[in-house]
Amino acid sequence: MSDQFPSDSVGLVKPELHHFDEPLTLRSGKVLPAYDLMVETYGELNAEKSNAILICHALSGDHHAAGYHSPDDKKPGWWDNCIGPGKAIDTNLFHVVSLNNLGGCAGSTGPASINPASGKHYGPDFPVVTVRDWVNSQVKLMERIGIDKWAAVVGGSLGGMQVLRWAISYPDKLDNAVSIAAAPKLSAQNIAFNEVARQSITSDPNFHDGHYLEADTYPKQGLMLARMVGHITYLSDSAMRSKFGKSLDDFEHDDSANFGRDLRDGKLSFGFNVDFQVESYLHYQGERFSKNFDANTYLLMTKALDYFDPSVDFEGDLSAAFASSNCKFFLMSFSTDWRFPPERSKEIVNDLLKAGKDVSYLEIEADQGHDAFLLPIPRYVDALSQFLQRVHQEISSDAS
Amino acid sequence: MRPDLEIIQQWIEPGSNILDLGCGDGSLLHFLQDSKSVRGIGLEIDEKNIEQCISNGVNVIEQDIDQSLEYFQDNSFDTVLLAQTLQALSKPDVLIDEMLRIGKNGIVTFPNFGNWKSRFYLSARGRMPVSKFMPHSWYNTPNIHFCTVKDFDALCREKNIRILERTVVDLEHQGSWYMKAWPNLLGEIAIYHITKDDC
Repeated sequence: MSDQFPSDSVGLVKPELHHFDEPLTLRSGKVLPAYDLMVETYGELNAEKSNAILICHALSGDHHAAGYHSPDDKKPGWWDNCIGPGKAIDTNLFHVVSLNNLGGCAGSTGPASINPASGKHYGPDFPVVTVRDWVNSQVKLMERIGIDKWAAVVGGSLGGMQVLRWAISYPDKLDNAVSIAAAPKLSAQNIAFNEVARQSITSDPNFHDGHYLEADTYPKQGLMLARMVGHITYLSDSAMRSKFGKSLDDFEHDDSANFGRDLRDGKLSFGFNVDFQVESYLHYQGERFSKNFDANTYLLMTKALDYFDPSVDFEGDLSAAFASSNCKFFLMSFSTDWRFPPERSKEIVNDLLKAGKDVSYLEIEADQGHDAFLLPIPRYVDALSQFLQRVHQEISSDAS
Repeated sequence: MRPDLEIIQQWIEPGSNILDLGCGDGSLLHFLQDSKSVRGIGLEIDEKNIEQCISNGVNVIEQDIDQSLEYFQDNSFDTVLLAQTLQALSKPDVLIDEMLRIGKNGIVTFPNFGNWKSRFYLSARGRMPVSKFMPHSWYNTPNIHFCTVKDFDALCREKNIRILERTVVDLEHQGSWYMKAWPNLLGEIAIYHITKDDC
């Protein structure tokens, strides 16, 4: 590892592309004849192959969960706060596998890939994939890399939903399911926000019915709007206040403090331009995102969220869905998360209890809203660490 | 082993399902998992205790047991435990009902306020007892619903709860013939094994 990276970083990492020739039948009935999955791994697989952890990413995540691709990278992978030597998902103890899901836009086969049948970008013709399809493709990856059983499958938000699907569909292929800030299915409000995001994209004149890459353009404005509305749902009111305003301490000494409504240029413009810091921030986030993310992938990911409901095969009874699961479950939620609030995790916990499963659940006090699952919140990270250390002890005692 | 665990574990069926309300650091469940192969779930609100449970491999759910337990199914556990927590609940009678709804039987332990030391303290000094046993002052105590062995017996009678076993011990959890003879006067900790009268 290079000296230029922090000592608790996995350092320089190199993704690896796995090609699969075996057709994958999707939930929709459509078939992907062949596909690629882009994968990163961190930490050594032990001789018994019993210390592997699968990381499932959320809406805009990818395989690059930890470390750096180049010494010039400004930022590490998206979950570097939790993955690394000595971190909660300790790469000294575990072999961590992280992939870009099907339909993604970071190297795995998705709408921006070339369709071998047509020689053109898949674009809108890429089939709609569901959480179940992702997990099925993750099983293929698991077989490819020679792992029979995950010590744990771990994910937050949409990643946490994949964790639940693993426990339901492949009960013998994981020992522990760690689902963070997830929900048993989306609420009408969640779907409503997703639909606003989708409409922003599809109504952009540069969307070209999804064939924008063929037209050598992309729906920048639409993606920006989609990300802006999404971003609002990731943050809590209090997180926005503290991010875009003087702290309460300042308020005690300064009557002009304005609870999160800091002006960008110190004065009102009396026009329709950006006046407040929060506006400027959302513009920045939206713009940055629109340059790096494929619009069709965004549509697919939000649909996968909307469609997620593992209880559908069990007449709406999630506890029945969990009946055959035999892993240990560990769930966490965050107090100010209004996208997937604690009550949603509690619903899952209740159904797990109903099904008589081993479950632990923590509700973490955190100001940061849904975003909290990506942040180094001490109680959250410590609990994850303690749980996984216990998992490692169990692996070690099984081996001896 | 904590001596109260020694007593409680005699009443636990091997391989049974246990719900521990206010499970603390999980040591009781951990012990029962090892010695009786039970499947256990604990409810707890203290963060440090929850951490300990996780480190010990004890299933723990962060929840205040003063809040609704309605999501637990009827008879979904064999035994529901309530160790040294009864006196700190806002509605102890409601929780006892819930225990016996969720579990086929329940085990309750509580400090016996009817013990001669409390009686003596109150009558001699005219003030709420403060001791090693009950270290809090009246204004900052978490123990808001102290009761005596006789009080608990009366509650069980009112609710048609059958007392399968009852034992009282001292702070070192030692029992004796004289505590058996005068439980409410001499027992410091009461341990009850209860069930619904209709089964």
